[in-house]
Amino acid sequence: MTTRREFLLGVAGGLAGCAGQVVRDSSPPRIWDLHCHLSGVPGATTQERVEFLFGCADRLGIERLCLLWGSAFSAPDPTEDDLRRNNDEVFRAVEIGKGRILGFVYLNPNRGEYSLRELDRCVRDGPLVGVKLWVARRCSDRELDPIIRRAGELKAVIYQHTWLKTTGNMPGESTPFDIVELAARHPDVPLICGHAGGDWERGIRAIRRSRNLSLEIAGGDPGAGAVEMAVRELGAERVIYGSDVGGRTFASQLGRILGAALPEAERRLVLGENLRRLMRPLLTAKGIDDRY
Amino acid sequence: MIDTNVSLSRWPFRRLANDETPALVAALRAIGVTQAWAGSFDALLHRDVAAVNARLADECRRHGAGFLVPFGAVNLRLPDWEEDLRRCHEDHRMPGVRLHPNYHGYGLDDPDFARLLRMAAERGLVVQVALKMEDERTHHPLVRVPPVDSAPLLKLLPAVAGLRLVVLNGLRDVRDAALEGLAKAGAAFDIAMLEGVGGLGRVVAKVGAAPLLFGSHSPFFVFESAVLKLRESGIEGDAARAILGENARRLISISPRQKE
Repeated sequence: MTTRREFLLGVAGGLAGCAGQVVRDSSPPRIWDLHCHLSGVPGATTQERVEFLFGCADRLGIERLCLLWGSAFSAPDPTEDDLRRNNDEVFRAVEIGKGRILGFVYLNPNRGEYSLRELDRCVRDGPLVGVKLWVARRCSDRELDPIIRRAGELKAVIYQHTWLKTTGNMPGESTPFDIVELAARHPDVPLICGHAGGDWERGIRAIRRSRNLSLEIAGGDPGAGAVEMAVRELGAERVIYGSDVGGRTFASQLGRILGAALPEAERRLVLGENLRRLMRPLLTAKGIDDRY
Repeated sequence: MIDTNVSLSRWPFRRLANDETPALVAALRAIGVTQAWAGSFDALLHRDVAAVNARLADECRRHGAGFLVPFGAVNLRLPDWEEDLRRCHEDHRMPGVRLHPNYHGYGLDDPDFARLLRMAAERGLVVQVALKMEDERTHHPLVRVPPVDSAPLLKLLPAVAGLRLVVLNGLRDVRDAALEGLAKAGAAFDIAMLEGVGGLGRVVAKVGAAPLLFGSHSPFFVFESAVLKLRESGIEGDAARAILGENARRLISISPRQKE
């Protein structure tokens, strides 16, 4: 049985030789990472990039990786060709991953009709299980409604990037306030507020009353207290681990959860159980086993 | 394990779980840290830096003697900052100082910065330069502080004999050729803000383990986020030993003052 401290220290523990309080877990947590990209990952091919990700994930005990886009860092307002190329690469990564990678289709609400067709191609008729929306258009805009409705019908997990930047958002970049509006128009569709809104102290408060919104902790500096505040204000059932690799390390983001002062049962919810719960309807429908 | 990047007292904009020194010491010890180089959050905005440094020295002595190693602040925009440097060295017996150029309002091309480096080198003090404390996107809107441009260090480092300089919170921004240049010039870097998947392994491949120091930026950052970077990259053996302690030990042990 591995203790959490032993897991954390791995390399360092043997060198430090320091006594500490040991908390014994009954089994290792099942860690699913909601937020991965192939951009920023070393490798000349999709295969090499996936293998690099798996190597890092293996060393940290991360079981499954959701892939939100491929290796090209997207333009803010991607063309139809951009979207298709990206989604085709995610297809390939899913195939290479042999069940370990769960792919998301990248859509652009500025290309609404095409996005609906791409959603059908990739999720209804293809192997992908979620939707990624980035910064093409603020998500409070009603242009998103057909995509959300269709994704909801398909039981796809819907991820919306959000940030509240002191330095100023990009023109189409959503804030947590935007996704609150979207969530209110689609109360029966679960949505994920990405990056905890960046400025998490405001992001968490902004979405607190929107019960169909979950919060993803990913892609920010590993500030102490963020996960604890999210769990305190939203409940552990609404908080989800993600990393935003390749731009981030798995370590900095996973450390936020493993280092948070949480009961182990709540930590496990954040590390993977909540995401599995959200994904289960579509995984079941597609015959994908949630045990890798 | 030596953590070269911790801070005592209060982060100005929120309470942190381990912002009481005994709690921080207990948490660091519990996870295997054997020594921590400590600055003070107070140094960011307080103007009475002499009092900040005196409290830091006292706090380290009372709660972590032999464990917490104080790194006092010098604010080059304050009158008579030279006296703060002297006190850090002679009165508080600190092995180094920690600078916050962006919070104090100067760039690394400032002539006073070059002068401080020379004075610190003459005294055998380690100089830690924090390029940032927080992602500028999440700064309090009333206290927006730009990151520090590290480029002037490339010229300064070779020009100051005996200088031992540590760049804190720099590895998210200092990359590729800039990183290689500064490492070649003798700068060391802590890993607290290193990002990018498998990032530590990629940096080790580029510049080796010798310029790298373990730093967590605790208690502002979650400690576990730093230590897991070694695990993510599969850093073991000599490289791990170097990053986790030997490099820092070597850096601090060659301070002439500390040998006395």
